[in-house]
Amino acid sequence: MNLYRSHVLVCGGTGCNSSGSAKVFEAFEAKIKEKNLDKEVMVVRTGCFGLCALGPVVVVYPEGSFYSMVEPGDVEEIVEEHLLKGRIVKRLLYSETLPAEQSDTILSLNDVDFYKKQMRIALRNCGVINPEKIEEYIAFDGYKALGKVLTQMKPEEVIEEIKKSGLRGRGGAGFPTGVKWGFAANVSADQKYVACNADEGDPGAFMDRSVLEGDPHAVVEAMAIAGYAIGASQGYIYVRAEYPIAVERLQIAIKQAKEYGLLGKDIFGSGFDFDLDIRLGAGAFVCGEETALMTSIEGKRGEPRCRPPFPAVKGLFGKPTVLNNVETYANIPIIINKGADWFAGIGTEKSHGTKVFALGGKINNTGLVEVPMGTTLREIIEEIGGGIPNGKKFKAAQTGGPSGGCIPASLIDTPIDYDSLISIGSMMGSGGLIVMDEDTCMVDIAKFFLEFTVDESCGKCVPCRIGTKRMHEILEKITSGNGMLQDIDKLEALCNSVKSSALCGLGQTAANPILSTLRYFRDEYIAHVVDKKCPAGVCKSLLVYKIDPDQCKGCSICAKHCPTNAISGKLKSPYVIDTEKCIKCGVCEAKCPFNAISR
Amino acid sequence: MQTVNIKINGKELSVPASYTVLEAARLANIDIPTLCYLKGVNQIGACRMCVVEIKGARSLQAACVYPVSEGMEVSTNSALVRESRKTTLQLILSNHDKKCLTCVRNRNCELQTLSDELGIGDIPFEGEVSDARCEIDNMSPSIVRDNNKCVLCRRCISVCKNVQTVSVIDAKERGFKTNIGCAFDKSLGEVACVNCGQCIAVCPVGALYEKDTTEKVWQAIEDTAKHVVVQTAPAVRVALGEEFGMPIGSRVTGKMVAALRRMGFDRVFDTDTAADLTIMEEGTEVIERITQGGKLPVITSCSPGWVKFCEHNYPEFLDNLSTAKSPHEMFGALIKSYYADKADIDPKNIVVVSVMPCTAKKFEAERPELSNGGNQDVDMVITTRELARMIKQAGVDFVNLPDEAFDNPFGGASGAGVIFGATGGVMEAALRTVAEVLSGKSLDDYEYKVVRGTDDIKRAEVDVAGRTIKAAVAHGLGNARKLLDAVKAGKESYDFIEIMACPGGCVTGGGQPIVDAKKQMDINVKAERAKAIYAEDKSLPIRKSHENPVIKKLYDEFLEKPGSHKAHRLLHTHYTERELY
Repeated sequence: MNLYRSHVLVCGGTGCNSSGSAKVFEAFEAKIKEKNLDKEVMVVRTGCFGLCALGPVVVVYPEGSFYSMVEPGDVEEIVEEHLLKGRIVKRLLYSETLPAEQSDTILSLNDVDFYKKQMRIALRNCGVINPEKIEEYIAFDGYKALGKVLTQMKPEEVIEEIKKSGLRGRGGAGFPTGVKWGFAANVSADQKYVACNADEGDPGAFMDRSVLEGDPHAVVEAMAIAGYAIGASQGYIYVRAEYPIAVERLQIAIKQAKEYGLLGKDIFGSGFDFDLDIRLGAGAFVCGEETALMTSIEGKRGEPRCRPPFPAVKGLFGKPTVLNNVETYANIPIIINKGADWFAGIGTEKSHGTKVFALGGKINNTGLVEVPMGTTLREIIEEIGGGIPNGKKFKAAQTGGPSGGCIPASLIDTPIDYDSLISIGSMMGSGGLIVMDEDTCMVDIAKFFLEFTVDESCGKCVPCRIGTKRMHEILEKITSGNGMLQDIDKLEALCNSVKSSALCGLGQTAANPILSTLRYFRDEYIAHVVDKKCPAGVCKSLLVYKIDPDQCKGCSICAKHCPTNAISGKLKSPYVIDTEKCIKCGVCEAKCPFNAISR
Repeated sequence: MQTVNIKINGKELSVPASYTVLEAARLANIDIPTLCYLKGVNQIGACRMCVVEIKGARSLQAACVYPVSEGMEVSTNSALVRESRKTTLQLILSNHDKKCLTCVRNRNCELQTLSDELGIGDIPFEGEVSDARCEIDNMSPSIVRDNNKCVLCRRCISVCKNVQTVSVIDAKERGFKTNIGCAFDKSLGEVACVNCGQCIAVCPVGALYEKDTTEKVWQAIEDTAKHVVVQTAPAVRVALGEEFGMPIGSRVTGKMVAALRRMGFDRVFDTDTAADLTIMEEGTEVIERITQGGKLPVITSCSPGWVKFCEHNYPEFLDNLSTAKSPHEMFGALIKSYYADKADIDPKNIVVVSVMPCTAKKFEAERPELSNGGNQDVDMVITTRELARMIKQAGVDFVNLPDEAFDNPFGGASGAGVIFGATGGVMEAALRTVAEVLSGKSLDDYEYKVVRGTDDIKRAEVDVAGRTIKAAVAHGLGNARKLLDAVKAGKESYDFIEIMACPGGCVTGGGQPIVDAKKQMDINVKAERAKAIYAEDKSLPIRKSHENPVIKKLYDEFLEKPGSHKAHRLLHTHYTERELY
């Protein structure tokens, strides 16, 4: 075996891939070969590091130098300087690791704000190992948990351990995983199934994708453990086809596990058989709902079915089935290895362990973060996320995607766990966390999410199929300035009705973005219908662009840029906007050098 | 039976453990509104009209699918439940083409009834209507689909896919754009639809109906140059009365004849007579194939939905199908030859109108092979429902009509011809004749009750003149598929098989009066109408086809003998393999 003096880790997750990390990787390989360093330096394509906004990310060990936004053209310099001469290329370092330009102190990643408060359990191997090599996974205790349960534990002991850990489903609803396994284990049947929900569909969420891309074996191992615990011999991973890298790495992982005898017949000589197959989803959001997902695996139109019977009794192909989400599975092997007590010691009283969030919106550090349950919103936004860009004020955070709600600034100190989020009208969801600043119109945000739900409703039940459409239409009416006060009441009543009567989780939670904004930002709704104003200045129909004659110097720049010739005036005297002609494009406001134009 | 104790609206009761909340409530005389639910056909909890509060459940639950359990507490009439149902119905109505006055289902519409029962005073929601510009699919000769009226209950999909296993319609697109139709937006007339019309029979609203032929029939009646002959199938007489408020299972044969005469038809004939003829031809075929080693099993061919299903799905069985035309087609051929001669009318001036419980007969009548010398055997087919509409249009006071008899020369039919209308009827009628022909004597015990009833597949071994005839009867194409698959796999073997496309046979055909879902919860429509059929059989003096003097006379004067050359030319047909896609 070769011993390498340096390792160059290039992020191969979808985020960095989109910003060109594949080319960077190739450039490193070529350059290192050219310099005859390939026996000394190993280039590894890893999973996600989390700081997606700064991609492509490259980390060089043993120094742990974190290079961000690396381009293929930078590779030569890193090889020449860092790998050959041992001089870290400071200009490419992630600025947070370099507290002072002149100083030679380079902070360890764990000391920068973005990582300091994080605790990577589900993402433990992401950005650390090569996900396409089972040997690397094994070197990091991979398949040790499977070996342990198969050789030292009875199925009921496994379930007991998971129950004791307090692990709750990371897909959103937070049902205790061990209890779910217990239900399926208690049903006797000739065939049972284990399924993995990798149909991540919340807009902007990519937690599961990152786990699958960075550590696919963790899911494979966990599913085998679940199979052993409930008595299933077959598993299915339902992953959306829009995740090509995740699918490819899963395929490689399954193939390797089969070659190593970690899947298949008589695993570890225990007599336990377990096989895994992948099923690709076509990207329907509703297929993330468990019964719809199973219907889709069965080859039918992906629509939810009524429960009971619950999947643990009658699931996939009518057989008892356990379905967990990717992140839930990613926690399983480490719980078995480190013990339930260790896991239960992390987090809050009722929500144990960590949660991965996809941090997005108006925030400096966009990316993937994993924090212990109970971390406050403030810690995530201000410390890990690095605050709001351009000195804007924090207005609200949206969690739970289209099923979740908006948390106002007044609740920024809420600890994030399943129960506190529910109590303030939002939900954990799968982990999308969108930050909004003062320029965000909350009615518009609700409309945005409803548009998504209208589009993604499967059309099976009336409340969701027609109800969400009518909600969206009322929001449209309000944001276009045609709303009346009674529309708000009508909207609220409709929301509550759909919430209680829709067939599945998608419909039952579809109204949450409206209900939570009505709860915390009702005055904005009222401003839209009574004052016919959008306080955040977002809803176009309600905007009137005006030139302040005191500020205007009559420079004519606005008039020159106006696409509809709506601005006129005499040089050196104040200009005016003809509101009839104005299409509210905002160009004048952006171009005015004197901030004389407002809306 | 295992029971559980539950509480509905505070009232304690003990119900079978297999029940749903809806069934349990029914037992307690509590009415829960439904729309997508149809007993035995569609139980998917989609419309959310039947929501109830169940103690401990997070949200409202659909009573039609929610199973009862020990100690369950249900509230079916709380403010929350009432409001929710009302909002849901208002949502449906906000997206519905509310042209009730011109709708084919006006006053017989489950949506209309619900709107009345729930007291929908107004529809507070306005907005886009999903199928605003949706075109009506009327390319099929039998079935019209108007998605502007569709409430997406999916009963049609369930009956087509699960009951009939024809599977030519399903939900397309999703969300607000969801609509029901065929793959690749094809018309029902372009796919492997068998025209059985069960989708119409289950539709709660006016989204599905038969291709209307009533106007053409009126025109023919008005045309003095035409001699318009009408014939009525056996199942029509046990259902037509329902359209005039009579109870399910009422026999209205005499009133029906009287009404047809008052409408202006020149002759009113009974298709049952032709059914007797079918037995003679098909029975002879069965006897020949059994005694001379022909292709077995013989499978009946009088159900046009089944025949088309066979052509699409089981072409390997086409040689097993009896070559005998279906009764009304035989009758058409005879009317335009034998009767035309007798009455001295040019067949070109005769219009044969068939009143059928069936929509597939409309397609069948257009088959080019069912013609003679350039004349189609049957010119027009109307369903029982269309006949009822015409009677109403004609201003005939149906309920108070006197009984009248069918016209000669085809007057009498045997009871064997009547029972064609119920599943097992063709088999029993054939056995009555085959047994006597083979044994050469008149038998007293000729009621074959073993093939009656509404079991999915009925299997019987009948001893006839020292020979065992292995018979099977399937009704509903899903059951037919099961039976044929077993025969194909060599697991079962038969001499004679009866298949009817519609569950229950013709009495519950796709052209029969529509019975709403609520009535179907309590009444077994198949059994009630079949009861009337067998009562009609019992009431007739002659109950075996070969003993019908009309039939004897026909062979003596015209057809020579069953299976003769002339009989083959006029009364037999052939089949063609059709593609599935």
